[in-house]
Amino acid sequence: MTKSAPKSETATPTIVLVGHGMVGQRFLEALADRGVTSRARVVVLCEEPRPAYDRVQLTSYFSGRTADDLSMVEDGFMERHGIELHLGDPAEAIDRAARTVTARSGLTVTYDTLVLATGSYPFVPPVHGKDSAGCFVYRTVEDLLAIEEYAKDRATGTVVGGGLLGLEAAGALKGLGLTTHIVEFNARLMALQVDEGGGAALRRTVEDMGLIVHTGVGGKEIIADTGGAVTAMALSDGSSIDTDLVIFSAGVRPRDQLARDCGLDVGERGGITVDERCRTSDPAVYAIGECALTADGRVYGLVAPGYEMAQTVADDLAAVDCEGFTGADTSTKLKLLGVDVASFGDAHGTADGCLDVVYSDARAGVYKKLVVGAGGELLGGVLVGDAESYGMLRPLTGSVPPVAPEQLVLPAGLGAPAALGPSALPDDAVICSCHNVTKGSIRSAVTDHGCATVPEVKKCTKAGTGCGSCVKTLTTLVNDELEASGISVDKGLCGCFGYTRAELYEIVRTLRITTYARLLEGHGREEARSGDGCEVCKPAVGSIIASLAPTLGTSGYVLDGEQAALQDTNDHFLANLQRNGSYSIVPRIPGGEITPEKLIVIGEIARDFGLYTKITGGQRIDLFGARVDQLPVIWAKLVDAGFESGHAYGKALRTVKSCVGQTWCRYGVQDSVRMAIDLELRYRGLRSPHKLKSAVSGCARECAEARGKDFGVIATAAGWNLYVGGNGGAEPRHADLLAQDLNDEELIRLIDRFLMFYIRTADRLERTSAWLERIEGGLDHVRDVVVHDSLGLCAELEALMADHVAGYRDEWAETINDPERLRRFVSFVNAPESPDPTVAFVPERDQVKPDLTLLSGPTIPVRTARTLEGTSSR
Amino acid sequence: MTMAPERIDLRVELLIDQRWFAVCDLTDLIPGRGVAALLPDGSQVAVFLDRAGRPYAIDNRDPFTGAYVLSRGLLGSADGRPFVASPLLKQRFDLETGRCLDDETVTVQAYATRAGDVMSAQVA
Ligand code: SRM
Ligand SMILES: Cc1cc2nc3c(=O)[nH]c(=O)nc-3n(C[C@H](O)[C@H](O)[C@H](O)COP(=O)(O)OP(=O)(O)OC[C@H]3O[C@@H](n4cnc5c(N)ncnc54)[C@H](O)[C@@H]3O)c2cc1C
Ligand code: SF4
Ligand code: FES
Repeated sequence: MTKSAPKSETATPTIVLVGHGMVGQRFLEALADRGVTSRARVVVLCEEPRPAYDRVQLTSYFSGRTADDLSMVEDGFMERHGIELHLGDPAEAIDRAARTVTARSGLTVTYDTLVLATGSYPFVPPVHGKDSAGCFVYRTVEDLLAIEEYAKDRATGTVVGGGLLGLEAAGALKGLGLTTHIVEFNARLMALQVDEGGGAALRRTVEDMGLIVHTGVGGKEIIADTGGAVTAMALSDGSSIDTDLVIFSAGVRPRDQLARDCGLDVGERGGITVDERCRTSDPAVYAIGECALTADGRVYGLVAPGYEMAQTVADDLAAVDCEGFTGADTSTKLKLLGVDVASFGDAHGTADGCLDVVYSDARAGVYKKLVVGAGGELLGGVLVGDAESYGMLRPLTGSVPPVAPEQLVLPAGLGAPAALGPSALPDDAVICSCHNVTKGSIRSAVTDHGCATVPEVKKCTKAGTGCGSCVKTLTTLVNDELEASGISVDKGLCGCFGYTRAELYEIVRTLRITTYARLLEGHGREEARSGDGCEVCKPAVGSIIASLAPTLGTSGYVLDGEQAALQDTNDHFLANLQRNGSYSIVPRIPGGEITPEKLIVIGEIARDFGLYTKITGGQRIDLFGARVDQLPVIWAKLVDAGFESGHAYGKALRTVKSCVGQTWCRYGVQDSVRMAIDLELRYRGLRSPHKLKSAVSGCARECAEARGKDFGVIATAAGWNLYVGGNGGAEPRHADLLAQDLNDEELIRLIDRFLMFYIRTADRLERTSAWLERIEGGLDHVRDVVVHDSLGLCAELEALMADHVAGYRDEWAETINDPERLRRFVSFVNAPESPDPTVAFVPERDQVKPDLTLLSGPTIPVRTARTLEGTSSR
Repeated sequence: MTMAPERIDLRVELLIDQRWFAVCDLTDLIPGRGVAALLPDGSQVAVFLDRAGRPYAIDNRDPFTGAYVLSRGLLGSADGRPFVASPLLKQRFDLETGRCLDDETVTVQAYATRAGDVMSAQVA
């Protein structure tokens, strides 16, 4: 628990916040921004067991985000601002006369100001059987954990409610592998947001995804077995659905009980009544977020209006002038089950004399409607299936658009004129509705605050850090603004090439360029064409050429011809350079499986050459301290014993770790070792923008840590789940679920495509995790491309991988059999027999370590001059 | 590796104490890379060839780590001048002067070098 140094009760006022949800946290940040936290004691009572998290992104928990990822509280925030946070301790009573709040633990705090941010609770219709085991709501991390657990060995689920949240919950159930029904009382899905036409387009798309939609019927009764677990749901039309699990998502209700109990005014249909300053009927008490019934008579179920309320109260407490909260935009854009849905402004066309402009393509599941006022002004609209233009249309709402409304809904290519860019927007157009950031503020972030990148602008304005739907428009605006201020955005790889790595890959691939020299001369920056390149582009181009080599029909061997000059030093010697100039050797041990005979060989070699041995973090063995001239001899022995290069030196596949799996482990459901070996052998030697790591676990216990890998595989009873974009290292990231329950063949096909798509589009030294977060559309886009073949690329990606697999040869076996290639493995060109005396060792823990004292002096003379006689000067 | 016929027999030589000292054949060098060589006094030099076919030589010792590895770095050019990037911590050294491009206070020795009549710029 965070306890700040006690501040004197008399001098410092106390602010108590009840509810640490999204709006509560925003309120705390606003207080801190305004310096209020330094002059007031702030106490937070939080009902949930964890600090505020991003409820909007709750569903992403199922696609791999952890509860920690979702946290909204920056590390150390509470400590820095001396805020006392009490987790798992809800407020139970308010005594307004005494100005005290009492929490469940018995803690009683006297307040000067009380802020209620208690949010909403999901409404559960009073149907019989609603408390049976297997009935859930969808609001908190705990709800999701419970659903996930219960769904484990269940087959069918039903969501009651076909609104925004219902569809999201349905998507989650489907993702968990359940046959999923949606029961909606209204005649269409998302009745609140979309009109009839939009509802129809949405329904078609949702059904195409395999969900079963029942509209115009309500759930009448939940039928449970003798053990009290759900088995079916009876519907109002007399039919019934067999189901193992039910999620109620029939709307939310403000949590105003606490306020009612202490006599504050509440609305007839719920919600704590507040004025424009968000003050309740007691001036010492405020209410913000979803629990408040605002001055315009509404209860807002979206986060952006709640944020505005939070800011209003913080302003009030900081005695800053502000406009107060009089109402907010309820525009939304969502990606539900992969379908874009957006509604904004007067979506239902309620204004007098307004007209609709509709474009509908039932086959493609696209429906777009704009509501246009009598004077031609855009009033609102609904977009289903294609919400590309949302970022543009929403800010235009209320004004007369610069082009005819029909042209705003026609798809590109159907006679639509050049798309309207964000440059056409006025400065007061709101670009980010989550944080109420206007185009003007974004422009000034660039011009006045010197932000030069999108992440900087995000940090400075908060734009784009909510639902994320505005990021595309934001990026265009920032780049336009940078260009306008004469700051060119050079995306080039380095001083030698003005192209990105992905562009260079395309150039090499399509023009079939097989040498760095040709690429530099033909496509380098003018001033760099005759130069020597640099240490940035050479290895990058070397890697591109190596990964395309089988397809270009050139040698994939990285030490041949000009390729040799491009490689980083480690690749150049096929080993890892250590701090004293010696090398380490990592033979491949696929899947971490090794025979006693091979272990003995490794032991013998290490003993004979005096190498330091260590088990690596990647389930293999590293032999340290070899001199460059010893590498070929050592490798000759290793190759002879059946070992291959482990590519520990390359930007290439490193290891595929495995757990012991089904063969031995009592929990295992698949043979994880065999799969790990198959994958490691398939992708060994594959050159990529950064190193690639993988792991295969035999069951959900995940002993191989597959979710920390670039591509991780976890066994399920039905096959394999594939996760992508994981990372250990400095910025760990859990991999996201790409597809589930794949059979062997499907798994490998998908990994082939994924890897080749990554290799093709990533930046230099960009791990899959960073790539996945950077590329437009993120995981969804990657899934579209590699699972649904949205770019029609899959056949080509698979062919590239097939070429790689067919063309693979062990680099070390090729090297030791070729005297020409062996020539480089000497310490001195003019004294090939002399070992480098600076590479020496001292004992440590029964092995050796580098003798660094040898390296500290200015120079060390070598006493082997006899070898130099033949080359003395003329 | 293919050898251009005109490169055969050419020796790479460094100027040491006013005398040219041969360290290797031109064919021992790959454009864009280096090799290490021993000098008569037992010290180590790193010898390089750039893409234009010009040879260079500097000390082999990386002053930042003490390791004798500069010969194993990658060549590049910045503002038209050739450099080698240390394979350990990537600091770059101008091949003509030995000056470190990433830390003004550090310089390694550079040697005048020639192969036939192709010669690297004289050391200041
Ligand atoms: C040898 C080993 C440590 C050990 O003794 O266990 C090791 C050693 C090195 N790691 Fe590692 N890493 C080793 C396992 C790991 C792991 C664990 C794993 O793979 O399960 C990780 C975290 C997983 C991951 O990569 O996401 C790991 C994350 C890193 C990183 C951070 C990568 C990142 O994306 O943040 C680097 C730095 C980099 O690559 O830029 C790094 C870089 C390095 C380098 C290459 C640093 C360097 O440039 O010299 C080390 C060279 C090894 C050598 O000279 O032989 N090593 N390194 C491990 C070799 C595993 C193997 O069998 O190939
Ligand atoms: C799955 C899902 C998807 C959503 N998607 C979107 C979207 O795309 N866009 C959008 O704008 N909105 C979305 N929402 C709604 C959004 O999450 C809410 O508008 C927002 O969380 C409201 O913030 P709040 O702080 O008012 O309430 P909450 O975030 O619910 O926080 C209230 C907190 O108060 C606590 N509390 C209640 N009573 C007490 C008490 N007596 N003592 C202590 N603590 C108490 C609760 O436990 C809770 O933690 C979504 C919601 C869900 C569930
Ligand atoms: S992941 Fe599962 S199968 Fe593999 S070792 Fe762990 S518990 Fe056993
Ligand atoms: S509109 Fe949601 S983040 Fe900008």
